[in-house]
Amino acid sequence: MKQFQSFVLKEFKQIFRDRRTSLILLVLPIVEVLLLGYAITTELNNAAIAVFDPSKDAETRQISERFQASRYFTVVRELTDAQEINDVFQNGDINMVLVFPERFSEKLRNGEGADIQFFIDGTDPNQASMLNGYASGILASFQAEQAELFRQPYQIRTETRMLYNPQGESAYNFVPGVMGLVLMLICAMMTSVAIVREKETGTMEVLLASPMKPAQIILSKMAPYFVISVTNLITILLIATFIMDVPIRGSLFWLSVVSLCFVFVALALGLLISTIVDTQMAALLVSGIGLMMPVMIFSGLIFPLESMPWGLRWISDFIPARWYISAVRKIMIEGVGVEYFAKELGIIILMAVFLMAVAWKKFKIRLS
Amino acid sequence: MEEKVIWADGLTKSFGAFTAVDHISFEVRRGEIFGFLGANGAGKTTAMRMLCGLSLPTSGRGEVAGFDIATQQEEVKKHIGYMSQKFSLYEDLKVWENLRLFGGIYGLKSRAIREKTDEILSDLGFESERNTFVRALPLGWKQKLAFSVSIFHEPKVVFLDEPTGGVDPMTRRQFWELIYRAADKGITVFVTTHYMDEAEYCDRVSIMVDGKIEALDSPRALREQFRAENMDDVFQQLARKAKRTSD
Repeated sequence: MKQFQSFVLKEFKQIFRDRRTSLILLVLPIVEVLLLGYAITTELNNAAIAVFDPSKDAETRQISERFQASRYFTVVRELTDAQEINDVFQNGDINMVLVFPERFSEKLRNGEGADIQFFIDGTDPNQASMLNGYASGILASFQAEQAELFRQPYQIRTETRMLYNPQGESAYNFVPGVMGLVLMLICAMMTSVAIVREKETGTMEVLLASPMKPAQIILSKMAPYFVISVTNLITILLIATFIMDVPIRGSLFWLSVVSLCFVFVALALGLLISTIVDTQMAALLVSGIGLMMPVMIFSGLIFPLESMPWGLRWISDFIPARWYISAVRKIMIEGVGVEYFAKELGIIILMAVFLMAVAWKKFKIRLS
Repeated sequence: MEEKVIWADGLTKSFGAFTAVDHISFEVRRGEIFGFLGANGAGKTTAMRMLCGLSLPTSGRGEVAGFDIATQQEEVKKHIGYMSQKFSLYEDLKVWENLRLFGGIYGLKSRAIREKTDEILSDLGFESERNTFVRALPLGWKQKLAFSVSIFHEPKVVFLDEPTGGVDPMTRRQFWELIYRAADKGITVFVTTHYMDEAEYCDRVSIMVDGKIEALDSPRALREQFRAENMDDVFQQLARKAKRTSD
């Protein structure tokens, strides 16, 4: 116990003395959450829209002109056929299509009421909801002005359709992703670097020749990173809840259970890497390319998994963070019960056990 | 009868088809300074790692401080000190923090650690460096400190793997004074070195060539046996026979 204490104390001292390390461990996660959180909610200007206007009457022209005049939109195309609506989205250069019905003006005046449809590219849910907001705003002000000129009730109903992301998955999505990324970064990368540093400086030899058992060395090496990642987890959740208004709908208990299991996976990966490489540089590279990149790409943090070809989706099944992020989404955002993420939890636990066993075995082999 | 602190009998280590250490047998007595010589790649470090409980022998037996190196590694480790080839203190810890850490690792009580720390610092004349980061010390000082750390827990044997690499003869001389002092206290010193002048300081030396011990005696007896003027000459005569290329 005394050995463990002295060692953990030393490890903490080393972490906090190295300004770069403590910056990575404590400040980076916060910066990452804030950056990712706010970077994607920046204001949007001159979104490219197309207009499909079969009625071509005074009102529809006025409305189109309003959109054109607004700084948020630029009308780049006039569509002549409803078929074209889908095509313009496929090309990807149009963010929204404004669709008027036939006989717009007439419907408006005879009290029937007229519908306008917004088709919005929902790939980026933040942008989509902003476009919807701006567009509705323009229509509302138009309607208010018209209501003063005409005495009869003047009704334009709007209908919004999100394409490609019909549920309009919320912007909260990035929080679970950042949690996965940060835990991977701290546990796996920093642990592997910390262990390899001892190899590089030769202190590992001295430790191994001391009465400290290998398991003790590894445990006391991991303990500080475990504590730090728990601290980070709490910080991220606090920022998410109180600054970014991301709800935690599900159970905090299960969120902690899933996160702890994932921390073990990451620690095991860190240990595994440290048994393969001999320099801190190599440890950084291997964990950077071998862990961080797959987390970014295959965890659904940046690219939606649903839109990946099956081969890549199959690969993504082997990325622990993919399961973690999926479970956290279910708990935090969907707020569902344990039966809905039992599969994810089970897979994470299996991965933790398997990786720990492999890492431990490899570590032992190096000793003999 | 003199106490045998280290003995090895037919100690062998193979890595696949390569036999790094090939049936070596020797004994080291209590308080002796035993020089373990050999060219790079001769198998010195591998042999030493087996004696320290860091590596299991493929065949043969050995005991260190009364414990079997193949079956009682944990006990062996408690009774030895080890200073590795690379300089091996924590550079980002202060002098006293290093001492406290290793004291803690060897299970010493806090009070014992404090007393021992004061004693070592005054022995080395390092009192003013107590709060200095190790990385700020000159190499020779670091090595002296590393040696003091390796005998901090008063082990029966201390293994030194090329402890004086890279320092000038003057500092090496000072380092050897520390070794003598430790040996006077009854600590057995097992040291590998490249420097033949250092070999002359040992009570007895063994010279390894291609995994085997080719010569083992006091420096003076070896000089007579090989009709050599100094240990360097003895070493050259033996090393010439080596077939392995150095690594």
